[in-house]
Amino acid sequence: MSLALETPAAAERSVMEPVAARLASVAKETHDTFTLNLEPPEGDPVAVFQPGQFSMLYVPGVGELPISISGDPERREQLTYTIRSVGQVTYQLVTRRPGDTIGIRGPFGTAWPMKESRGKSVLIVAGGIGLAPLRPAIYHILRHRGDYNRLVVLYGGRSPRDLLYKKEFAAWGMLPDTQALATVDYGGVSWRGYVGVVTTLFRHVRMQPKETVAMLCGPEIMMRYASRELETRGIPPEQIHLSMERNMKCAVGFCGHCQMGPYFVCKDGPVFPYTSMKPYMDLYEL
Amino acid sequence: MIPTAVGAALKDHPFLEGVPERLLDKLSQLAFEVTFEEDQIIFREGDPSSFFYLILSGLVALELAAPGRVVTIQTVGDGEELGWSSLMSRVDKQFRARCMKPVKALAFDGARVAAECEEDHEFGYLIMRRILVTVAERLRSTRMQVLDVYSARGGQIK
Amino acid sequence: MRKKQYRLERTHLNSLLKLLREEGYQTYGPVRGELAMEWAPLTDVGELPRGWTSAHGPAHYRLENRGGESLFGYRNGPESLKKFLHPPRARIMKAERNGGAFRILEDRPAAAKRAFLGVKPCDVAAVAALDRVLLNDRYSDDIYQANRAGLFLIAVHCTECAETCFCASSKAGPQAKTGFDIALHERLDGAMPEYFAECGTAAGAALLEKTGAPPAPPEWARELADACALAAGAQQRKVDFSSAAAVVERNYDSPRWDDIARRCMACGNCTQACPTCFCVNFEEHSSLDLQTAERHRVWDSCFTQNFTYIHGGSVRLSTKSRYRHWLGHKLARWQQQFGSPGCVGCGRCITWCPAGIDITAEFEWLKAGAPAAI
Repeated sequence: MSLALETPAAAERSVMEPVAARLASVAKETHDTFTLNLEPPEGDPVAVFQPGQFSMLYVPGVGELPISISGDPERREQLTYTIRSVGQVTYQLVTRRPGDTIGIRGPFGTAWPMKESRGKSVLIVAGGIGLAPLRPAIYHILRHRGDYNRLVVLYGGRSPRDLLYKKEFAAWGMLPDTQALATVDYGGVSWRGYVGVVTTLFRHVRMQPKETVAMLCGPEIMMRYASRELETRGIPPEQIHLSMERNMKCAVGFCGHCQMGPYFVCKDGPVFPYTSMKPYMDLYEL
Repeated sequence: MIPTAVGAALKDHPFLEGVPERLLDKLSQLAFEVTFEEDQIIFREGDPSSFFYLILSGLVALELAAPGRVVTIQTVGDGEELGWSSLMSRVDKQFRARCMKPVKALAFDGARVAAECEEDHEFGYLIMRRILVTVAERLRSTRMQVLDVYSARGGQIK
Repeated sequence: MRKKQYRLERTHLNSLLKLLREEGYQTYGPVRGELAMEWAPLTDVGELPRGWTSAHGPAHYRLENRGGESLFGYRNGPESLKKFLHPPRARIMKAERNGGAFRILEDRPAAAKRAFLGVKPCDVAAVAALDRVLLNDRYSDDIYQANRAGLFLIAVHCTECAETCFCASSKAGPQAKTGFDIALHERLDGAMPEYFAECGTAAGAALLEKTGAPPAPPEWARELADACALAAGAQQRKVDFSSAAAVVERNYDSPRWDDIARRCMACGNCTQACPTCFCVNFEEHSSLDLQTAERHRVWDSCFTQNFTYIHGGSVRLSTKSRYRHWLGHKLARWQQQFGSPGCVGCGRCITWCPAGIDITAEFEWLKAGAPAAI
């Protein structure tokens, strides 16, 4: 049974109309975070995305939320989302069962500058669930390894039990020309890695700042101090990119909720060059 | 001039970057190399402060214990310093320092470095300035940790 | 080619309404409600508020009958065309459940053909402002598109303004320059009003031709421009839109916002009355048996606490930050986003603010660093 086939074809759909996708699997990442694999109708443009973009996921009768795509952009048959259950809609999303239907709109928003980063090293700085929208960029680099110089993934989490994609992360660290370092705010006795904020990892990074593109996603406070620190360490501000979070209700610039200064985070972002964000990031309650 | 291996290690340590040779010489006379094994305790909370370390390699966890849990609140590794409280008078160790990986470090008798700082204020100023940078960094990190930015409430204060 | 200009009498206006209805339009006009002017279905010019006007001030609005034969001496009430083009509530989709699966039921907005007689230049400009957001930006809103496609506008130039008007600053008026199908100038020098009519579109031209009205005397165009210039000169309130971005940026941390916040109740009246405020929220509605769900779009206001909520809390917690956002968006950032201001100078936000907060006075204060001389 494929109800998804009854969804109007993309060309006839309004931008506000979701396509019905089948939930293929749900995997528990941590105590509160789950990764969902969705199967959209074959060949539907909803599945064609660039690293850093997001979709709107919809549970009828419950609501709709922007969720970053966290899977491999070159695997078109499935769309992967890593969702932290923190509210009603996210709870409903992560408690769906395989075979259930979830509505998807998208993909929306700007992408990580994968093309512009070719020939350079890429420094990924992720905090918490912020690793999810960066994972497609990592997959892209690993698939096109020759196009990029070094890959460094720095990841800060609350505690060891909150870290995402642990096995995969450890594997990245084993690859040539690749560093993957994780740090947590609070470690327990069994944690043998770094403890401290993510910027404390910068001293361990081996790369040429001028030839490096940084991609940041995490809590805004973390991105503020991390981008300042990266600039201090010599990465040109136009080579620092941030993925911003605001209340996005429509994803297409109609609802007005996600405005941040002159930008609509949904359509002008979520990925912005630091040069665009810098004048606004430090303004309180903008 | 600094002929010794200790002197060379001192010169390369980020903590002392830009410190004039005369003062490095002075410091190298106070330094000796130490190693610790994995899981070895370097100092315990409440120990009278004695040694100050510049870590050359390895990773040390600063831990706090309460009934039911031991929490690592910070790790320090190569290129960082450990035990700054030993340079202050009458400050006991605030944390336990346990090696997460084997550690090689330069150790200094805190009291002797402190005495030297008193004696030679130029030396003292440079050391204190660097300690202050370290302490300020730790304070900033601690504030971020206290904000708990990764929590479900996104760092909002209840 | 010179645009064709006509001399209309009251009967010609009725012909326009009739012709529009024959073309399938629902015809609307400004009609006097119990307490305020409203947009309502209109089939005869006799239903227009002949002799009526209204007095406006900060937190002040009173309908007044001053007599006479003027049909368009009314001033804007709280409603604009926004409620027709961008309805306060609309169903955007419907889903039907089947176990854990559901299917989306097609729910295309029905195209509506509506013609409005007597639209003031500021409200004509407001439609153009909404077009830039909901029609001609990256995406098009299909509900707006459907309503907009069937819109026919008969504008009326303003030769006298309300106390709260500042359309000369936004350049939306007092003379409508673009965006209408037909524009009228009500001439009151004779015993009965006459109307100088110009067309703005081919549809407008065709319609005017069909009324059989005679051509207008050539000097009427000039007289219209003079009358509107006079009205513009009489406007007390002014906003220098070209400096808005710099003023808003420079005053981000001004204590003035705290002062405003002591008066502002964050009620959102300004955003509801504003003809260009487009923000919406979404609501989910389920049937009791949970078999169907509907998603509704409703007008929202940036003055609400939850408007900027992200997990953890709202970005704009304080009233001052919400007023600052609203003013900054209307006067300054809208220009950066869409190339023209989000404020057309209609003055509704001043009239309908229960605290009488005056956006022009606040802006002037910020600009000058002192109270405006109003």
